[in-house]
Amino acid sequence: MKRILAMALFAALAWTSAQAADISGAGATFPYPIYAKWADAYKKVTGVGLNYQSIGSGGGIKQIKAKTVTFGASDKPLKLDELEASGLIQFPMIMGGIVPVVNLPGIQPGQLTLDGQTLADIFQGTVTSWDDPKIKALNPGVDLPSKAIAVVHRSDGSGTTFLFTTYLSQASSDWSGKIGANSAVEWPVGIGAKGNEGVANMGKQTDGSIGYVEYAYAKQNNLTYTKMINKDGKVVEPSIKAFQAAAAGADWAGAPGFYLILTNQPGADSWPISGASFILVYKHPIDPPATLTALKFFDWAYKNGGDMAQELAYVPMPANVVDLVRQTWASSIKDSIGKQLWQADQ
Amino acid sequence: MANITLDDPLPVNAQDQGRRQRLQDSFFRSSTLFFALMVLLLLGGVIIALIFGAWPALRTFGFGFLTTEVWNPVTDRFGALAPVYGTIITSLLAMIIGVPVSFGIAVFITELCPAVLKRPLGIAIELLAGIPSIIYGIWGLFVLAPFLQLTVQPFLIATIGHAPVIGRLFAGPPYGIGVLTASIILAIMVLPFITSITRDVFETVPPMLKESAYGLGATTTEVVWNVVLPYTRVGVIGAVMLGLGRALGETMAVTFVIGNAHRIAASILAPGTTISATIANEFTEAVGDLYTSSLIALGLILFVITFIVLAFAKLLLMRLERQVKK
Repeated sequence: MKRILAMALFAALAWTSAQAADISGAGATFPYPIYAKWADAYKKVTGVGLNYQSIGSGGGIKQIKAKTVTFGASDKPLKLDELEASGLIQFPMIMGGIVPVVNLPGIQPGQLTLDGQTLADIFQGTVTSWDDPKIKALNPGVDLPSKAIAVVHRSDGSGTTFLFTTYLSQASSDWSGKIGANSAVEWPVGIGAKGNEGVANMGKQTDGSIGYVEYAYAKQNNLTYTKMINKDGKVVEPSIKAFQAAAAGADWAGAPGFYLILTNQPGADSWPISGASFILVYKHPIDPPATLTALKFFDWAYKNGGDMAQELAYVPMPANVVDLVRQTWASSIKDSIGKQLWQADQ
Repeated sequence: MANITLDDPLPVNAQDQGRRQRLQDSFFRSSTLFFALMVLLLLGGVIIALIFGAWPALRTFGFGFLTTEVWNPVTDRFGALAPVYGTIITSLLAMIIGVPVSFGIAVFITELCPAVLKRPLGIAIELLAGIPSIIYGIWGLFVLAPFLQLTVQPFLIATIGHAPVIGRLFAGPPYGIGVLTASIILAIMVLPFITSITRDVFETVPPMLKESAYGLGATTTEVVWNVVLPYTRVGVIGAVMLGLGRALGETMAVTFVIGNAHRIAASILAPGTTISATIANEFTEAVGDLYTSSLIALGLILFVITFIVLAFAKLLLMRLERQVKK
């Protein structure tokens, strides 16, 4: 009996040590659907899994600074001085769009149109009813009910909130003066939910609600997204074409530390609330093999993840930006003896 | 105990037995003393850890921490007013809703209930206490909140919401979740505690007292109000204080349905936040020392509030007992 138990214990230990270690990461809920899809495919190919905690950009930044994960993910890019101070580098992994989602029975996805100023007014609490003249003016043929607007926003530190409030600040001087843009702001009205998932769920449950989520969540949960009027005054529907148009003019080479915000971009087809999601890793990681495994995953995703990304309406990074990212890996990330961690031929 | 004096000394095995028993006794005494001291040490340790953790926030904000409503993690400005207000108002509303209901159930079970229903009702009440609080939260979020949002809240807004002074208490868009929903769930959660203690206390009333009142022609209502309640005053207040203590600290059920809004609103249909809901939601992602310290300071404030409520309850009970003795 004892021998059987000993053999079973030995077998269990041997089995667990034979498993390849999973890559550990934490952060933004914005790119979580595509990271999960990539991780699934990567595991089938290489047997290496990804353990990603979708806790919000604020949580991701905290975890990577506390060195509890190998990489952090954030839609709010850190500025160059903060990167230097913490010894981190950041690079953009994927781009996507944030869409307003409403819960009004009888309204179909893409039926409603809003613009930046009205959106800011709604989230500021100055427009409180769905049949307000400002919303009616943008939607002449739509039968809007006389219902109170229930605002749903994020309760946690969120890169999605950062991009959304950056756009609202650009669209409304009132918003910019009173509330501003950040990963957590003092929302004047509304209920808070955790993560993109929380906002999607709360919005689905609450009649007459409006919230903001990354487009993949709206698509996967069949939420009623709205059209927006962009900087050029054109009405655009959220789609991969609209996000690509927003990303087209981005000058990544000229952005130190890859700090670039893609909201309110010019272009007739541009979606006004677009953004990139970033990965944060250490220049001198405490576990170089783990960071190297993570970089190999990101490299694989850059090379092979484009189709999967487009299925979920994310925009993969263009090839020239990926080259810049690889150069940054090679020049900035060093292993424990100071040697370059990322070799160009990998 | 009678001491038996013998001319001969006690035999050896009796001496051993005596020593063993003395050893057993002293071991028993010291181990129970150790456990009792451990409780005091733990309590002291928790208080010290809370004060230590909260010190940076208290030093930075001073007394203004208790009176500021702002809660901005990005500019590092924190104030406890919104969570403290939320904790107090949800507990108060829970008591206002829950105590009459519990009292009614206890009176029904002891006075008016047909004997065949007594047991099942009692068991049903105890089962309510056994439901984990997170299940209450999930039920509240997926069942109660939509129901309130579509039926009760629009009704309240349309009727009392338009009344002159108290209308502001029932204003605002019907979110479904919010202070009222959280209070209702808290009321359901404290109901079993208050009901079972109240029922036990009601059953200690000597039947003679009640029979005498009935014999004099009193109605059931008069018996309950004028005989049973005054007799059991102490126990009932103790039960209410127990329920209040539970309502003040309840975390998971409230976190789901309170709405996470760091704002004080006049309307009870608006979202808000409580101390425990704030800590549960934000502790894992608190970046920076001041943020974490502010959350621990909130915990310290909750500890102090609970302590004050319990001390007040104890004083009230002591005063009532003194009155009864007179």
